Amino acid sequence: MNTFADQLLVLVMLINLVMLGTSRLLFSIRAVAVQGVILGLLPGLVHPFSLHLAAIMTVVIIVKGIVIPYFIGDAVHKARIRREVEPFIGYVPTLVLGAVFTALSFAFAEKLPLAPEHEELLFVPASMATLLTGFLILTTRRKAISQVIGYLVMENGIFVFGLLLTEAMPAMVEAGVLLDLLVGIFVMGIVINHISREFSSIDTSRLRALKEE
Amino acid sequence: MIAALILIPLFGAFVAFCIPDNRWRPVVLPVVASIHLGITAMLLLSPPPPSPGGWIWLDPLGRIVLLCVTLIFALCAFYAVGYLDCRQERSNRILCMGVLACLAAMGLVTVTQHLGLLWVALETTTVFMAPLIYFNRNARSIEATWKYLLICSVGIGLALLGLLFLAYSTYVAHRDATLLLGALIATARDLNPAWLHAAAIFMLVGYGTKMGLAPLHTWKPDAYGEAPGLVGALLAGGLVSCAFLAILRVYQVCLASGFEIHFFRKALLGLGFLSIAFAAVFMAKQADFKRMLAYSSVEHVGILAIALGLGKGALYGALFHLLNNALAKGVLFLSSGNIHRMYNSKTTDVVKGVLSRLPWSGGLFLAGFIAVTGSPPFSPFISEYTIISSAFIDGRYWIGGFFLLFLALIFIGMAMTVLPMIMGAPPEEIESTGYHDRLLTVGPPLVMLCVIFWLGIRPPAFLVAMLLDGAVLLGGMP
Repeated sequence: MNTFADQLLVLVMLINLVMLGTSRLLFSIRAVAVQGVILGLLPGLVHPFSLHLAAIMTVVIIVKGIVIPYFIGDAVHKARIRREVEPFIGYVPTLVLGAVFTALSFAFAEKLPLAPEHEELLFVPASMATLLTGFLILTTRRKAISQVIGYLVMENGIFVFGLLLTEAMPAMVEAGVLLDLLVGIFVMGIVINHISREFSSIDTSRLRALKEE
Repeated sequence: MIAALILIPLFGAFVAFCIPDNRWRPVVLPVVASIHLGITAMLLLSPPPPSPGGWIWLDPLGRIVLLCVTLIFALCAFYAVGYLDCRQERSNRILCMGVLACLAAMGLVTVTQHLGLLWVALETTTVFMAPLIYFNRNARSIEATWKYLLICSVGIGLALLGLLFLAYSTYVAHRDATLLLGALIATARDLNPAWLHAAAIFMLVGYGTKMGLAPLHTWKPDAYGEAPGLVGALLAGGLVSCAFLAILRVYQVCLASGFEIHFFRKALLGLGFLSIAFAAVFMAKQADFKRMLAYSSVEHVGILAIALGLGKGALYGALFHLLNNALAKGVLFLSSGNIHRMYNSKTTDVVKGVLSRLPWSGGLFLAGFIAVTGSPPFSPFISEYTIISSAFIDGRYWIGGFFLLFLALIFIGMAMTVLPMIMGAPPEEIESTGYHDRLLTVGPPLVMLCVIFWLGIRPPAFLVAMLLDGAVLLGGMP
């Protein structure tokens, strides 16, 4: 069963690279939705079945796979844009950086003292790689929507690490974390809407009125 | 009783949502705030025992932060009625609901002993504060909101990763992951050092972003500058205190581990000094007085971090300073909101001679400036003095010396902006804005000023006892 979990984690890392390479926003949103669904399936593969686990899996798939992508898709639709143009760093360089970060994550994970039953699994490198990919998207893209996608990918990376602890985290806290993420993305969607109305664009490099003179 | 602390503001938010009339809606705020203040007073006088399971317990540290939050909120709530009366052109439904939801989340931060729940509550405050910064609905405020929302969300996301690392360090140690503070402190000596180290770093960066420690403070000048004065006061007095409580919790765990605390103290000292250095540089020649207040907030979170880093006697000073900073910032932000209304500008090339046009607000702003820079007879002087003297008693002369130097630079930098603005002659062509000082917009900052004056002259015995209890929890001298 654990080899299957590892295969899914490899898929998660591949999706990271796909997101770094594409300029089409709707495609990125679908990719992040697929990543969310995989994240929802993973707990069932590494922990023995329980009602608590089934509830978490269902909620994660609904929130990360359906509701949040819907919110972001809605914002894209309202802002009437399709593509990320002129990122601060081009697609090929970010893709290469993404690959380097993934390799570094594997090296870093080797150093950490994991519990024996987790040593064979790819959770820690996958988590680090996804987190760093999220950062990369956040910092190199101009469009507000790309930055939200970056934030979401980062949260997915944190979530992958959290999977090692699913049994230990009380359901209330898990639910709270997901609810905060959901409301956060919802508010970001509204703010993006206002940015696009105010500036006729959601290019965040236009947000530069506030600085020290 | 503790449940009421969280449920009553939520119920108030619901009532605010239901009231259709823009003029009457803000009245919900002082009503809820008065009830909240009453409940807090009862809780502080007879603290309830920990809940079964240990999730909810109002320990001394929580009590201090709860006192900060409830005081600042109560006074801001009365101010809000007067302020929103001048801003009838905008719907205040979102503002009223947002501040009440924030109050509920801040209450939860102070009473919970579960670090996961604390994180959830803190992230909730981040999300609910964002629409409040956008109250003025213009291009500048949307920019500030976007920066605030994104930087704080990412920061607090890193804190979540740190939290998971902490839980994993307990899992590696004894196969039973927990995030309950009591259990963590009891078993802290066995925690896995590598994971605890990683956890401390991530949580310091994450909660430090929320608190606004340099170099993670970049959202602060924008958000404080563009938000209404009322929201600025709640951000600087309420949210900063809550984020500081989160750092105190990490500090408690590191202290109990016995080994991680040395690194954690050094990191706090480093970030603290960077913060007051940034504040000293950017405060000088600051033309926008609300941004100047933001840098003053960066300075004060720096002072809090340095005090934690020093430990021992400075811990009492840190906890006392938390309360003083919240109230002094309240005076400044609320009176600066009045000045902003009067001049319809917040840059010092237009705002001059406030004292002759708005004697009350101008006087309060001036007194607030004197208080916040740590001059007697106000209480920030006492707390800063405690911190500095404990540095010298410890023989850490360089730290004490540089601390004094930066405070002096900040005093000069801030005076160069504040004095011409308050004194000076008012501009010739005066644009009429229809604002004038009223009881509801001047009374609340005046009360705050009286409180810090009182605390500076003679702090009440129950407060001193509470601060000492808190300092003992952080490993200070009993």
